[in-house]
Amino acid sequence: MVLLLLKRIGFMFFTMIVVSIILFMLLETGLTGDPATRVLGNFASDAQKESWRNQHGYNQPVVVRYAKWLGNFATGNLGTSIRYKGPVKDVLLPRLWNTAILGFWTFAIMIPLSLILGVLSGMKEGSLLDRSISIFGILTTSVPEFASAVFFSALFVFGLKWLPGTSSMSGGFEFKQLILPAMVLVVYDFGYVARMTRASMAEVMQSQYVRSAILKGLPYRQVIIRHALRNALIAPFTVIMLQINWLLSGVIVVEFFFAYKGFGALLLEASLNNDIVLLEACAMVAVVVAVGSQTIADIGYTFLNPRIRFT
Amino acid sequence: MNDIQEPVLVCKDLCISYYTRAGEIPAVVDFSLTVKPGETIGIVGESGCGKSTVAMAIMQYMGANGGIKSGSITFKGRDLTTLNENELRSIRGSEISMIYQEPFASLNPSLKISTQLMEVPLAHENISKEEARKRSVQMLEDVKLPDPERVMESYPHQLSGGQQQRVVIAMGLLSKPSLLLLDEPTTALDVTVEAGIVKLVGDISKKFGTSQIYISHNLGLILETCDRVFVMYSGEVVEEGTINSLFTWPKHPYTHGLFSCIPLPTTDKNAAPLKPIRGQLPLPFERPPGCYFGPRCDHFKKGLCDKGHFRMENVEGSALDHRVRCLRYKDIDHTKILSPETVRESLEIGKRVLNVDGMKKYYEVKDSSFMAMITGKNTQFVKANEELNFTAHESETVAIVGESGCGKSTFAKVLMGLETGTDGEIRHKGKDISDIEVRDRSTKQIRSLQMVFQNPFDTLNPSHSIGGQISRVIRQFGIETDKKKIFNRVMKLLDTVKLPRDFYFRKPRQLSGGQKQRIGIARAFAGNPSIVIADEPVSALDVSVAAAVTELLMDIQRKHKTTLLFISHDLSVVRYLADRIVVMYLGHILERGTTEEIFAPPYHPYTEALLSAVPIADPEITKRRIVLEGDLPSAMDPPKGCPFCTRCHRKIGDICDNELPRETLVKDRHVIKCHIPIQELSKIEPVIRMPEESERIHVQ
Repeated sequence: MVLLLLKRIGFMFFTMIVVSIILFMLLETGLTGDPATRVLGNFASDAQKESWRNQHGYNQPVVVRYAKWLGNFATGNLGTSIRYKGPVKDVLLPRLWNTAILGFWTFAIMIPLSLILGVLSGMKEGSLLDRSISIFGILTTSVPEFASAVFFSALFVFGLKWLPGTSSMSGGFEFKQLILPAMVLVVYDFGYVARMTRASMAEVMQSQYVRSAILKGLPYRQVIIRHALRNALIAPFTVIMLQINWLLSGVIVVEFFFAYKGFGALLLEASLNNDIVLLEACAMVAVVVAVGSQTIADIGYTFLNPRIRFT
Repeated sequence: MNDIQEPVLVCKDLCISYYTRAGEIPAVVDFSLTVKPGETIGIVGESGCGKSTVAMAIMQYMGANGGIKSGSITFKGRDLTTLNENELRSIRGSEISMIYQEPFASLNPSLKISTQLMEVPLAHENISKEEARKRSVQMLEDVKLPDPERVMESYPHQLSGGQQQRVVIAMGLLSKPSLLLLDEPTTALDVTVEAGIVKLVGDISKKFGTSQIYISHNLGLILETCDRVFVMYSGEVVEEGTINSLFTWPKHPYTHGLFSCIPLPTTDKNAAPLKPIRGQLPLPFERPPGCYFGPRCDHFKKGLCDKGHFRMENVEGSALDHRVRCLRYKDIDHTKILSPETVRESLEIGKRVLNVDGMKKYYEVKDSSFMAMITGKNTQFVKANEELNFTAHESETVAIVGESGCGKSTFAKVLMGLETGTDGEIRHKGKDISDIEVRDRSTKQIRSLQMVFQNPFDTLNPSHSIGGQISRVIRQFGIETDKKKIFNRVMKLLDTVKLPRDFYFRKPRQLSGGQKQRIGIARAFAGNPSIVIADEPVSALDVSVAAAVTELLMDIQRKHKTTLLFISHDLSVVRYLADRIVVMYLGHILERGTTEEIFAPPYHPYTEALLSAVPIADPEITKRRIVLEGDLPSAMDPPKGCPFCTRCHRKIGDICDNELPRETLVKDRHVIKCHIPIQELSKIEPVIRMPEESERIHVQ
């Protein structure tokens, strides 16, 4: 068990190093264009570029630069943002926090809802509940976020006038502003997780061990909770862990639509503005979260599935 | 049997149907059964005959689309069909429990054995957890599991197949049920493990006085375990009776048919060929009017057998409970059916084509455990084949016998070139092929070494037509290049395997298992191979289909003078069709010789145990019972001395643990690998004893 843990964590660091090398190659070397040009613009003179390079240490050998760069990241020194003219840390952390809040509420509503409904419909395959959840799930998942965002805005902002139309939180944190973006995300993601849960539960319900649990004369509740659920939750667990990445950097549309100052929007801004330093920091954070959540998923697996734990 | 006792279970005129989009499908028709306390009932039949449906109906677990149409199932005076879910639950698992075919699938993979056992008494009785645990451990001891405390704390995947089945049996018996349903409980297990389980179930139900319903396709097993037997065909019971009357004087033509489909260890392929039942089991909605067996029956009489529905009737002049569903059983000359019609000439054995000399195959396994990382010893070897020596001649059938994990399939892989041997030689027509991979072999070499696989369901590509798949083989082997000639050749092959020519255009999913296996055979024989390896070619098929496929394989072999390497775990089949037998255990050949030599003393102790484990469907044959203890050791960590020493019942001492026995020549080509001197082995009585011809009641 300890060995498995060590292996997973080792592998996590390995992945991060590999990704950092790729990132460094792409942004900091001449591989995809001169960084100096990228930062200073197309009209900068060669002399300006040269002095920028000297100033920022770009004339050192690549290996040395990479080591320094990585060292800076490891010690939490994320550098200075070119566009925001301040430490990247000060820009990044509030955005990350905002995304965490949005993600938390999305998950807090979406996970229980889709798991419970998915399990219920998987228990009775083909029932009315099952079919309505399936159809509803397909419907919501197939409507893109921008469409549902427009729809919900029209309904709750302009029609009923219950909720504010933007979520920029300019006057400090306000829960009301969080409702609409979270709702759009929940609706979009619900169908995916619920259908996955349903399929997994339905398969488990057909399995011979559930049959033998029923024929052992166990109460139905016990059959479901003890015998079926644990095995049925393995697949949705993977899916849910993957949703963390999506929430971090894949919900740019929603963040833009509601002017929500989240991490995805920051990532987009950084790349549009050629803010290399910020972009690198954002990308590394995204990688750390992605690899971290997968490592947690792998370790979580071993608790759900003893066949992995004891081999 | 005591007739005054109340019966445990009475099924009366039971009709069970499934309701599908195509309409109502009757699965079981007119089924009546009475089980007395302590009695063991066998239900035997081929797949699709409705035997499992009966078990599920007794459990009242029919799924959403199944239902009991008419009749009643009375268990201890209560009609199960009228009970509600709660009442059923109090009966399931406590008064009636069930043991399943696949123990691994019926145990929950993510719960410890202790949880799965303890919940049975906890659900049915008002007892404490400690008491439930105590009882579970006691029951694990009763099913002869070593170290029950350790088993309690294990997960299912940490146990072997035999151990898992013992756990399932313990689970079934925990609440001391009065009725135990066993649905093919040993089909997924090896023969020696099967023998242990069969003995265990018998002993335990005697101890607790449990009645049993034993469902199996294996007539031999039914004979060994049951008091009475029901033969089912296409949803109906066609014959029922006590073991003795039914096995000695079968009356229904289908029962006769079943008996002539199974090779007995007493029969010979040339003297008494198997007689497959012609035709196929009708699908439930294609059943003919009158007798369902009519179209396949040799005694079918027009105007009599194809009208109305027949009821079971008592057989005149036999025991009271011997009943049969046949109008013509009195007209049939039962002695004539049993005598073989044709006697084949035995084949002339030709020159040597295969010579295996010291062949070894080790697999390297990377050990990733923490200890191995520290000590640096991170490669281990799985010794799948250890020093194989044997020869095979033209037209000869050599059977390789052994339980799963003995290395017989590994040998086939090396021979086919799917793996390369680690050491030693395999000479095919004088040329060493053991280290030539299949992609480096010439077309001619590949063509002359072909294989028939175990599972016909997965070996055909589902998206290509049958004709296309066989044509491709012919083209690849460079036998013909002209399109027309290839087509003709495929047609000829289809004729050879006795399939209609329009199968050329069919897709594999339109074929039954037996038909697919025939295609597999056609494919293997497409290039006139000199050696064909058949890896358990009939073990996935029903008995009557298996008989036909076995016969076909032998016919083609005779015609082509092919050497057949027949890999099997079933000694009855092997006895029936092999000329020579190689007995393998943990990668070693423990004994080899002609079929007669293997089946008579001197035996290797393992051969002796294997012979004893084979169920034989002949009530007049007596066997000495040898039940092997324990499981097959891991091939990663085999015993230091004789591979069989951990389970051997004739172990003579330390020498067995420490020294690998040498091959001892008994006589020409009969070799035994054992420390016990041959003289002593020769003194052992035969395991299988047949009565003299004059003493027999059974006409054969």
